[in-house]
Amino acid sequence: MSTLTDPPNEGFRLSMLINDTRYRSLTFQVIAAIVLALCIWYLGNNLIQNLRAAGLNISYTFLGDPSGYDINQRLVEYDSQSSHAKAALVGLLNTLLVAFLACITATVFGVIAGVLRLSNNWLVSKLMAVYVEIFRNIPVLIWIIIIFTIMTAVLPGPREFRGDNATASMVFDSFAFTNRGIYIPMPWFENGIFASTAMNWLLVLAGFAGSWIAAHQINVWANTKQESTGVRPKTTALILAAWLVPFLALMLIMGLTWEYPELKGFNFSGGIKVGGPLIALWFALSIYTGAFIAENVRAGIQAVSKGQTEAASALGLRPRRVMNLVVLPQALRVIIPPLISNFLNITKNSSLAIAVGYADITATLGGITLNQTGRAIECVLLLMLFYLTASLTISMVMNVYNASVKLKER
Amino acid sequence: MSDTHAHSIAFVRDTEIPPSPPPAGETGAVKWLRENLFSNAVNSALTIASLLVIYILLSKTLPWLLNGVWTTNSLAECREVLQGKTGACFSVLTERWNQLLYGFKYPSDQYWRPNLALVLLLFAIAPVLFFDLPRKLLAFTAIYPFLAFWLIWGGTILAPIVALVGFAAGAFVFQTYGKSSFAVGFFGAIAAAFAVWIIGGMLIPDGASDNAMLQAVPSRDLGGFMLNLMLGVTCVSLSLPLGIALALGRQSDMPLIKWMCVVFIEFVRGVPLITLLFVASVMLAYFFPPESTVDLFLRVVIMITMFSAAYIAEVIRGGLAALPKGQYEAADSLGLDYPQAMRLIILPQALKISIPGIVNVAVGLFKDTTLVSVISMFDLVGMIRGPILASTEWNGVYWELLGFAALLFFVVCYGISQYSQWLERRLATDHR
Repeated sequence: MSTLTDPPNEGFRLSMLINDTRYRSLTFQVIAAIVLALCIWYLGNNLIQNLRAAGLNISYTFLGDPSGYDINQRLVEYDSQSSHAKAALVGLLNTLLVAFLACITATVFGVIAGVLRLSNNWLVSKLMAVYVEIFRNIPVLIWIIIIFTIMTAVLPGPREFRGDNATASMVFDSFAFTNRGIYIPMPWFENGIFASTAMNWLLVLAGFAGSWIAAHQINVWANTKQESTGVRPKTTALILAAWLVPFLALMLIMGLTWEYPELKGFNFSGGIKVGGPLIALWFALSIYTGAFIAENVRAGIQAVSKGQTEAASALGLRPRRVMNLVVLPQALRVIIPPLISNFLNITKNSSLAIAVGYADITATLGGITLNQTGRAIECVLLLMLFYLTASLTISMVMNVYNASVKLKER
Repeated sequence: MSDTHAHSIAFVRDTEIPPSPPPAGETGAVKWLRENLFSNAVNSALTIASLLVIYILLSKTLPWLLNGVWTTNSLAECREVLQGKTGACFSVLTERWNQLLYGFKYPSDQYWRPNLALVLLLFAIAPVLFFDLPRKLLAFTAIYPFLAFWLIWGGTILAPIVALVGFAAGAFVFQTYGKSSFAVGFFGAIAAAFAVWIIGGMLIPDGASDNAMLQAVPSRDLGGFMLNLMLGVTCVSLSLPLGIALALGRQSDMPLIKWMCVVFIEFVRGVPLITLLFVASVMLAYFFPPESTVDLFLRVVIMITMFSAAYIAEVIRGGLAALPKGQYEAADSLGLDYPQAMRLIILPQALKISIPGIVNVAVGLFKDTTLVSVISMFDLVGMIRGPILASTEWNGVYWELLGFAALLFFVVCYGISQYSQWLERRLATDHR
């Protein structure tokens, strides 16, 4: 009778490194690590040799030197004596500004176009299809240049506002649309609570936050009331009050006044100037990305099966509640992930500002500062670091939101 | 009894009434108009608004288009011909046609070379795009890159031949040894190819390009729409295999390889293409050996390929994730090893699912080739913004030029997306 024996206990052979699944993955990883290390060593070695040959070193002290160039469009105080770091900060804020504005308007354009593309109206849906196809298939750089050209060619220059028989006039005496940019009235506080304007605006923001919390609390209270008694108390007036009362009170206390733009000499002064490049970039990015968002919205709405709408109507919900309670929550689940990547695309495409002379971070840090100081490696690395941080932050924030609307599965 | 009624009933119908035509409002154009354009008040308002928009657009552009002037030599002459009427100066396109297509430095007696390369490209790409064509045509596709390189850059024909022989040697080694062990075949193929290239590189005599059959054209002389097409075709075809490798690497259960792929993909996707192009133009030179000069075209191709490979990898990862786990398990239970399972079972299905995404990336990449104008390469947009608009003859002709550029890109990109929709229908094997 035969007995079971253990498999032959062979010693370790070299061929097992590649043929035995226990060791194979380790072998491959060791090879990969060696190749990676060799690549890094080779590139690093070249870098050091090249830098030595050019008499350069890696140092970030140039950021403290005066930049020596001016920036027209800026959110913080800056002049040509400020440091390169300050210039980069101005650019950074400008990037965030245009990305933020464009994300909002692109969503608005996209939702409108996407919904209209599903319209029963043949003409409207075809028109929207043409809009989407035209804007998706032409490079965004060409759109930015075209819209910038339209702005400078179509809008009147500031001097056309001058004289008794001016060919152009301000809208409502407070908005001036010129080819150098759009001038709008600037709100400011006569007797602000804090000395600095920024602190006052922060206070207004805090007021809004308080209103939001109050409105939320009112909703919670109404929900509990409805659960216990079956009757939902009327909350519209209360919520409106929660939003308006603190805001109006703050405005009254601090004495809100408007500073209107005025034509002085050859240009407008006073008010807020929204520069032409900013508007061109903003509009081009919104209308270009809007075409992509429109397709996402259309796909999202079409993904909700018709049975859902019919079931909701059968339950006796009104059309508005069908939309709010049944269709939108399901459509959003499909729309949100591509929307996030579209927001990321806007942020990254805003780097094309360099083509129309808008001073975003690519144009300041990666453009003028790089050319003036010759610090190519440092500037490009900082630039990449910024965009990487911005991208990762946006996708993190949006992923948190995405998780909150996601289908809860067990 | 029957005849009593014969008097009380005046008329009994014994034939059927012929069907009368439907009411005028329920047929043909009227019905269609009412249902599709004027079904209710909101719809009618929308229709009228759209008609207004179309009217405004057409009333502005049509006279401009129809009054176009095609045969003058400068903007001033064109304005003279127009005499204050609205009209386009399309003569900038006819006069600068070659510059728009080939850039301003490509030798003008050699224009037939890129033209021939473009025509051959259509033949080379046809068997890849349309599966019904005979498979033998793929042989020409394999030769095409080397042929196109020789046609466009010119110089000695030996260099592309050595490159081709290297690839052929690699393919031969893989065919011979790859059957028994994928790894041996793969690494053997790479070694064989490099051996051929190094030996071949030593065999090519110095100055072989000086009196070659085709005049050598340096990369910096390339430009115009030709540059966009070259960048687009090269980078898409290079980034596809790289993207597949990255996607597989990201799915791998080897932590180090997975981690390398994740870092690469997330890094590249997190930064705008412009910063990568800055790297190509000002930074990459520091990473090559001292005294070596790698030309800007190659540096840009490297960066754009990396960029699109990361996006393609994400698309393919989606395709891999969408496959049911049973497919992987079925491959395992058949006793297939990893390369076989991937090649025969997983990738054919995953790639099929990913086609729309890959085409989107390809279209996006082709549009992004215009960004090279920012690092002062003279592609179509670079030519328009640089030499043409800056010239004294054509200073101020924005619409005609930008419209032309937009039209070229639209035709190509729209064509690609239509092809992808056709392919999706063609590949749909599921039941509907």
